Amino acid sequence: MVRDTSTKLCGIRLDNPVIPASGTFGYGQEFAALYDINCLGAFSFKGTTLEARFGNPTPRIAETPAGMINAVGLQNPGVDHVTEYELPQLKQVYNKKIMANISGFSLEEYVEVTRRLAGQEQIGWFEVNISCPNVHGGGMAFGTTARGAAEVTAAVKKAADKPVIMKLSPNVTDIAAIARACEEAGADGISLINTLLGMRIDLRSRKPVIANTMGGFSGHAVLPVALRMVYQVYEAVKIPVVGMGGVTNADEVIEMMLAGACAVEIGAANLVDPYACRDVIAALPQAMEKYGIKSLQEIIGGAH
Amino acid sequence: MKKEIYIIEENYPLTASVYKMVLRGDTSAITRPGQFVDIKLAGFFLRRPISVCDAREGRLTLIYKVVGDGTRAMSALKAGTELDLLTGLGNGYDLDKSGDAPVLIGGGVGIPPLYKLARELCARGCHVKVVLGFNTAAEIFLASEFRELGAEVYVTTADGSSGISGFVTDALKTLDYTYFYACGPEAMFRAIEKIARTSGQYSFEERMGCGFGACMGCSCQTKYGSKRICKDGPVLTREEIIW
Repeated sequence: MVRDTSTKLCGIRLDNPVIPASGTFGYGQEFAALYDINCLGAFSFKGTTLEARFGNPTPRIAETPAGMINAVGLQNPGVDHVTEYELPQLKQVYNKKIMANISGFSLEEYVEVTRRLAGQEQIGWFEVNISCPNVHGGGMAFGTTARGAAEVTAAVKKAADKPVIMKLSPNVTDIAAIARACEEAGADGISLINTLLGMRIDLRSRKPVIANTMGGFSGHAVLPVALRMVYQVYEAVKIPVVGMGGVTNADEVIEMMLAGACAVEIGAANLVDPYACRDVIAALPQAMEKYGIKSLQEIIGGAH
Repeated sequence: MKKEIYIIEENYPLTASVYKMVLRGDTSAITRPGQFVDIKLAGFFLRRPISVCDAREGRLTLIYKVVGDGTRAMSALKAGTELDLLTGLGNGYDLDKSGDAPVLIGGGVGIPPLYKLARELCARGCHVKVVLGFNTAAEIFLASEFRELGAEVYVTTADGSSGISGFVTDALKTLDYTYFYACGPEAMFRAIEKIARTSGQYSFEERMGCGFGACMGCSCQTKYGSKRICKDGPVLTREEIIW
């Protein structure tokens, strides 16, 4: 039997639900050198700000049981470099729609980055990062209150010519309220979860491992937290939900869709195995067969 | 870069904390000395980046120091075990800059990648000098292997228990050379930087996420812009480094 892996995200058809998550896939080139990245459902490029940013001091990486912590701090070459260099380069190796992940330190910056990416036909969606735990005064500062999240949503919506997906932080007390605030402000979709704020301490030096003290915890270990929050948000809003957090294999893609995700981002797994997304996509039909699933779209939210 | 399954042929201690692991597998992605591999270990989320000591004809030699849980687990692996490796990572050393009498300077566990470099420079007909720095005589490894390549070897120990008493710079300051290649702790690099009389290349270490340029976990700033230690490095030229 033919298994239908396709899904839809804000009206755009995806061949499969697998989307490499922002910050784990650069602007695609490192992976395009290894395999044909047109097998992906879509991909979310590195969080992009108005100006180029170097990010935080190193060490930026720490290991955890079944996961990792990063405090990169939104290192990126700036939006103009992305439109002038990265997007044309990407066109050579990737002919599907891109999710433009953007970030900012003020409402004005979010709007300006969106404006400068508007009109790019390669872009299918804006994914608005209001949840980066590794920068001060931006990122997560907007995403931890319903009001801040709504303000960014409304501002970006005015400048955007593509569906706007708000990427939420799990570091909040009521994820449903923030998702609802985004929906009411005009968001076309919600993606979650960004990383959980965490830390590790080196026993020899008795100091934090990460130079920035704390960082974003991700990887296989966070899957249950992500599933729970996707489940909650699916019940709270009518707009599509993109699920992510700890997904590593085809079974977990299905689990995330049962929780309510119409598409699934894979993040930290790409860093451990550069072929992770390709292999998960290849394994999907077999997993669907195992669980008696004819079409992935039929199971979205099936656990409710 | 290639992702390959290797089989361990040998894995044994050279000193109290330094181990040698020889693996069999496809080494074709390893094109330059100074590159590294990234090893998946059961029970650990992130891979372990380890510099290539030597690679040829399907045989990969790694020399690593047990410094934490990951390398401790590595040291317990038996011959016959299969390991999942990303190979051919990083830029490696540029041999074309060497001149006819380069000096290779290694400190402790920074020494292994200099072995493949020395072998290839000797094969090119260079007169290769090697300065190897250790804390004490009991920690010395690889010195005789460098001699067998035909290199002129100078061993220094911080406690004076073998070779020249002092640091690598105590040997370096007495030598003539056309270029230098260094690998070791950053404190050693800073000492070399004060006395080196030629241009050269340093190989850096950093905590890495992916090892192949995707996560920006190991970025550093250079005079020519930001670079990723794993992909644009680990070897940086003396001219570009901001100390």
